[in-house]
Amino acid sequence: MKQATAKVTGEICRKFGNDRTRMMDIVLEVQARFGCVSPDAMEEIARALGTHRVEVESVVTFYAFLSVKPQGRVVIRLCSDIVDWMKGYEEVAVAMAKELGVTMGETTADGAITLTRTPCIGMSDQAPAALIDDVVVTHLTPDRARQLVRDLRRHLDPHQLVTMVGDGNNAHPLVRSMVRNNIRHRGAVLFADFVPGSGLRRALELGPEGVIREMKESRLRGRGGAGFPAGMKWEMARNAPGERRYILCNADEGEPGTFKDRVLLTERTDLLLEGMAIAGYAAGNATGIIYLRGEYRYLLPFLTNAIEQRRERGLLGRNLLGRKDFNFDVRIQLGAGAYICGEETALISSCEGLRGDPRNRPPFPPQHGYLGCPTIVNNVETFCCASRILVEGAPWFAAMGSSRTTGTKVLSISGDCRKPGVYEVPFGITARELIEMAEADNAGSMLIGGPCRRMIGPERFEGRICYDDLATGGAIMIFNRARNKLEIAEHYLDFFIEESCGHCTPCRVGLILLKKAVHKVVAGAGEPSDLAGMRDLSNFIIRTSRCGLGQAAPNPVLGALENFGDLYSGLVTERKPGLLPEFDLSKAVVDAELRAGRQSKYV
Amino acid sequence: MSRVTFTIDGKTATAEQGQTILKAAEAAGVYIPRLCACKDLVPHGSCRVCSVRVNGRIQAACVQIVTEGAIVENESDEIREYRRNIIDMLFVEGNHFCMFCEKSGHCELQALAYRFGIAAPRYRYLYPKREIDLSHPDVYLDHNRCILCGRCVRASQDLDHKNVFQFVERGCRKRLQVDGEALAATDLRVTDEAVASCPVGALMRKRVGYAVPVGRRPYDEIPIGKDIESPGEE
Ligand SMILES: Cc1cc2nc3c(=O)[nH]c(=O)nc-3n(C[C@H](O)[C@H](O)[C@H](O)COP(=O)(O)O)c2cc1C
Ligand code: SF4
Ligand code: SF4
Ligand code: FES
Repeated sequence: MKQATAKVTGEICRKFGNDRTRMMDIVLEVQARFGCVSPDAMEEIARALGTHRVEVESVVTFYAFLSVKPQGRVVIRLCSDIVDWMKGYEEVAVAMAKELGVTMGETTADGAITLTRTPCIGMSDQAPAALIDDVVVTHLTPDRARQLVRDLRRHLDPHQLVTMVGDGNNAHPLVRSMVRNNIRHRGAVLFADFVPGSGLRRALELGPEGVIREMKESRLRGRGGAGFPAGMKWEMARNAPGERRYILCNADEGEPGTFKDRVLLTERTDLLLEGMAIAGYAAGNATGIIYLRGEYRYLLPFLTNAIEQRRERGLLGRNLLGRKDFNFDVRIQLGAGAYICGEETALISSCEGLRGDPRNRPPFPPQHGYLGCPTIVNNVETFCCASRILVEGAPWFAAMGSSRTTGTKVLSISGDCRKPGVYEVPFGITARELIEMAEADNAGSMLIGGPCRRMIGPERFEGRICYDDLATGGAIMIFNRARNKLEIAEHYLDFFIEESCGHCTPCRVGLILLKKAVHKVVAGAGEPSDLAGMRDLSNFIIRTSRCGLGQAAPNPVLGALENFGDLYSGLVTERKPGLLPEFDLSKAVVDAELRAGRQSKYV
Repeated sequence: MSRVTFTIDGKTATAEQGQTILKAAEAAGVYIPRLCACKDLVPHGSCRVCSVRVNGRIQAACVQIVTEGAIVENESDEIREYRRNIIDMLFVEGNHFCMFCEKSGHCELQALAYRFGIAAPRYRYLYPKREIDLSHPDVYLDHNRCILCGRCVRASQDLDHKNVFQFVERGCRKRLQVDGEALAATDLRVTDEAVASCPVGALMRKRVGYAVPVGRRPYDEIPIGKDIESPGEE
């Protein structure tokens, strides 16, 4: 057994050239083959790659989809985002657990099926959803969940669970998924017609400098959330010293409530690949990598095929469009369940086969990125926009949107509304207009930009979607008036705690302490000074953390405090000094009682 | 090599191009508290004790490069508060019983607490359950006191040219792991720089704990950072 593991593992390593930087691919394949990356396998990988076992363990234990201990032959990952809760997650989870005869996190006694949960898998518009290995199942009900388990027990083949396929390319033979696109509104940029090669042809006419000029004039800002000017980023990478350059597409789409990149990957593949090639041409002597979140593995064969087809048509690979010495190719790097890998420097770490730890900045990726080379990291939508800008010209693009945020934005709208889905709208649209488009009758609050932004109430619904007002990477979540806002805040605080890389003290420890403080207040044991303490602690974490995760993680709590403050203040009361109301004596002595083997007497 | 001029707490100083704020301040006789940063090691930027305000933004001084005209605040009430918070957090995250710890008086975490006048942390202890690895003949690793500073990780790699330590897991489950079943199964030697690099009582030499009596240890009398603030005044 041990030898067999070593043999197969060794073969997998050889397949990736015993290349240390391809560690992610290696451990993912070992995981798929054996249901875990066992200590023996880690030993073998370390030997083959010329590294140490603890280095392999460091990577394997970082990602949620990898495990040292064996998992079931099939793993069911129920999506446990707040939107799934709103749509019946709990009933589905109970039904599944009961049918399987396990509790959450366990494997059936025969080692066949593991049941666990996972944060947002990018299906909020068709919640509750789950991943069964790499097969997505949507719109779950307790009845359907029970049926799925029964079918699965029979054949243990998740692919056989797909009986109805979705629209568009979801029905493509290489996808065959029940996922639906739910494209509700097509705008002028992303969902307009596009002839593959047309953007690239225009780029070759303009020359690399001309492309960068066009990009800068379009005033396109990054669509992943931070909104950095794309043209400026490309120019920095072009001007940075170095032989090779890299173009990284951020398809990690981990922000809860975001699913627009999934639809762009499915339906606008050419737009994306062409945008990457244009960036490669502008940067010079570059190679592309798409970092695809593990949750979207079901799109891998389809995307690989799309890349292959473009190679055949001279739009990727060597001598693009017949231009001598213009080579640009793309590979796909699969993630393995880590939200932090959407942060651009963590994404680079992960592509290099390391833990998804962010890096200290400066240096910034355009100077020193993947393998130390100048690197452009852009969101899927940003590359798609670039293709269209090259075809239609910068003035066309800059004329759309609001004065300081040009173009359109693809939004993922979910939650309490009748029309959840993908909407391409011009920047400058108000939150109220979105509520109307999505047919949300009783909207009481919204998360514009997912949990990393503060929740807003109706008094802010006239605000505009743009970088100077309501900034967003695309996640729009609508909650009706009856929803418990403090519960939502706690839910997302838990999410950030789970997804922190653990590097910085304020993020690693501070968030736990913040959770305890919130818990105390929600349990009715808080005092007014606790609310001030929560605010101070939040601001401290935001200011002293290294990356955007720690700098955003207290926002769910701060949003509730600032915009719905009376909800918390209604729960606290002034108490006698010296009393610790959250202290529970009987709980505190449980351990001691167990050891002593008797009950203690106290009054 | 050209030099850059900056101010720290209102005092003007010059620094080498490309120097970190922490090193530049040190050269100017200003001590910036630190835990994960250590002479001869690549800075890590993880503990965040060295947080300073640079041109209005909070930055970790050990990794941030000083720029021309930078205005650095190191001694404001706000910064003191942040540092105190971090020190408190490191105390409550682990199990630190200084009165029973061999490192007491040599410990940089304890010394920082003294410097900041911390008698007791303001947060409740988390009391995690952690392991102690006593397998090695000359060294032990007490995870109860590990503050995840990564000094041993880097010292083992860069100074000892080994790879005895690494971090595993993430978030609040992140912990130090050794390259093998236990310390005894690694190629760690008691003379390794890694062992000497630990700022707290986590990675410890066996049998020398009380070679220097309590009361006559470095930080018992002289506050941490004094050597930088008034050199030669030992
Ligand atoms: C915790 C965290 C998660 C992120 N996740 C994503 C993501 O899933 N997709 C994305 O495009 N950008 C994400 N970002 C933003 C990236 O760091 C980066 O700004 C972006 O990929 C740059 O591309 P853009 O300029 O085209 O937006 C994330 C940032 C942080 C701090
Ligand atoms: S802020 Fe949090 S997620 Fe970001 S580097 Fe620090 S610990 Fe990691
Ligand atoms: S053992 Fe010591 S040096 Fe190593 S990480 Fe822990 S505290 Fe730092
Ligand atoms: S000393 Fe700078 S972050 Fe630790």
